[in-house]
Amino acid sequence: MGDGMVDSLYIAWKYLTYNKVKTGILIACITLIAFLPMSLQVLLEESERQLLSRAVSTPLVVGAKGSALDLVMNSIYFDEEVPELISMEDARRVMDSGLANPVPVYNRFRARGFPVVGTSIDYFEFRGLKLAEGRMIAVLGECVLGAEVAERLGLNPDDNVVSSPENLFDLAGIYPLNMKVVGVLERTHTADDSALFADLKTVWVIQGLGHGHDDVTTIRDTSIIIDRTDTDVTANAKLLHFTEITEVNLNSFHFHGDLATYPITAVIASPHDAKSATLLRGRYLTEEATRQIIRPKDAIDGLLENIFRIKNIIDAVIVIVGFATVLAIVLVFALSLRLRQQEINTIFKIGCSRMTIARLLGAEIALIVVISGVLCVAIMLVVNSYSNELVRAMLFR
Amino acid sequence: MIHIQSLNFAYRNGEFGLSIPAFDVTQGEKVAVIGPSGSGKTTLLNLIAGILTPDTGSIQVNKISVSELNDAARRDFRITHVGFVFQDFELLDYLNVKDNILHPYRITGALKLEKGVHARVAQLANRMGMADKLRRRADDLSQGEKQRAAICRALLPYPKLILADEATGNLDPRNKAHILDLLFEAVDEHQATLLAVTHDHELLPRFDRVVDFQDFRSG
Repeated sequence: MGDGMVDSLYIAWKYLTYNKVKTGILIACITLIAFLPMSLQVLLEESERQLLSRAVSTPLVVGAKGSALDLVMNSIYFDEEVPELISMEDARRVMDSGLANPVPVYNRFRARGFPVVGTSIDYFEFRGLKLAEGRMIAVLGECVLGAEVAERLGLNPDDNVVSSPENLFDLAGIYPLNMKVVGVLERTHTADDSALFADLKTVWVIQGLGHGHDDVTTIRDTSIIIDRTDTDVTANAKLLHFTEITEVNLNSFHFHGDLATYPITAVIASPHDAKSATLLRGRYLTEEATRQIIRPKDAIDGLLENIFRIKNIIDAVIVIVGFATVLAIVLVFALSLRLRQQEINTIFKIGCSRMTIARLLGAEIALIVVISGVLCVAIMLVVNSYSNELVRAMLFR
Repeated sequence: MIHIQSLNFAYRNGEFGLSIPAFDVTQGEKVAVIGPSGSGKTTLLNLIAGILTPDTGSIQVNKISVSELNDAARRDFRITHVGFVFQDFELLDYLNVKDNILHPYRITGALKLEKGVHARVAQLANRMGMADKLRRRADDLSQGEKQRAAICRALLPYPKLILADEATGNLDPRNKAHILDLLFEAVDEHQATLLAVTHDHELLPRFDRVVDFQDFRSG
């Protein structure tokens, strides 16, 4: 760089730092206009990657008929929108078909803002989830945490986490259950990082389908026991229900009725081969069927198609806004030339040509563009670093 | 030093014209130019500096025929031969005093910003009583300080011709005398020539010669 250019940059820098507000606005405009389409592209690519990788690794999902996308979002991305429930009978049906291995999923409840996913131990093998610390769930009332949940809530094995009531005003409804954290999973950068996993029975206890209470056969308090026969004891609501499952009260927990009728939100089906997958899908094609079987990738492909269609519209808007911004910046410089007429006259009088004025203005523009570029790159680095978390926060509630 | 012959100049709008049959200033002379406002004093300085070009006639400065130079050569002549102290200082608010003094060196290729130049800035500033104000921005200066900074800028390249357009116009009597002392000192030191437009009649006795501009103006 010649001395002339260095001197021009020096004077331009002095001018820009003197006019901080104007310079700041110009830099902000250029940075935003450059940053928006780039960040949008990065976030969309990350969304596509996250949505597709998860969808592709989940061959088939069985759920109640209705929105395929809602079913997929709830069962594999743990979205809080709960689809219509199915039952454990549906998992058994997949198993009995001999065509696929079923993994039941019940994602309905939450604990401190994160989903509590009830499932079987097969889920961890199916997803290839490994423990970073602690051990796997073994008995009722235990849970393992996704890496992000553990980090955000500051929980470790042997800590406790309480499930959130589904509705604060439903007094007869679901009581919070104090669950024991027994393990933390390794980070996978998927929805599994943001969930708590418990055995299905634990989740049914949260729902109130299973419960534990004092042994009514030994209670003599007549204000609790309404009726007692040789075979049955009837207690009223005064009977204390346990809100924590411990070694002492574990055996008192029990479930009424047939477990096959107990609710779940979906069954992840892993067919043995392509033929089995086709045959299994065929079984859900009848018009009378109240269940649907879907390939998550199909649902996500449809979603991505819509997202990219919207992205094209946003791109067009950004181009128009960008063009308008460039025009506004040109206008700012043109007006600034008029405002700086006295300064320009001084420079002429000292003995400079129009080329010098152009060089000074060019240096100002170059500095603004370079600063905006550096800012843009810095912000893009941050967006890139946090794209995984950003996408999960935006897409999955 | 300055030799003007049959000079005619008119602004494009035709509202003002200047006609000077002959005008000479010798090397080392200190000449005051007086005359009513709008009589063309500033126009004459601009013509001598090559900022304006005459319609007819010739202007020679130090044997250089300014009126015959092309634009680029006139700019180089102005930078290397003329130190111009402008009426309203023409300092840039966003630069500090030192950067304002060095400004001609930074924006033209004709002057080289060598190490000795910085030393000369310090020396000039010291002489002008501005040594402690070199880091202050121009818009933080008083009128007198601005004028002294403008004089430093004009004197920095050792010009052989100093043109001062009401250099003492906005100053109190004490500062006027001081500024004129500084200008005369610089002129004497470098055997330069001073052509100063002024309205201050009390300063006129200090000049070698006084030219009344009413004698030139026409149209």
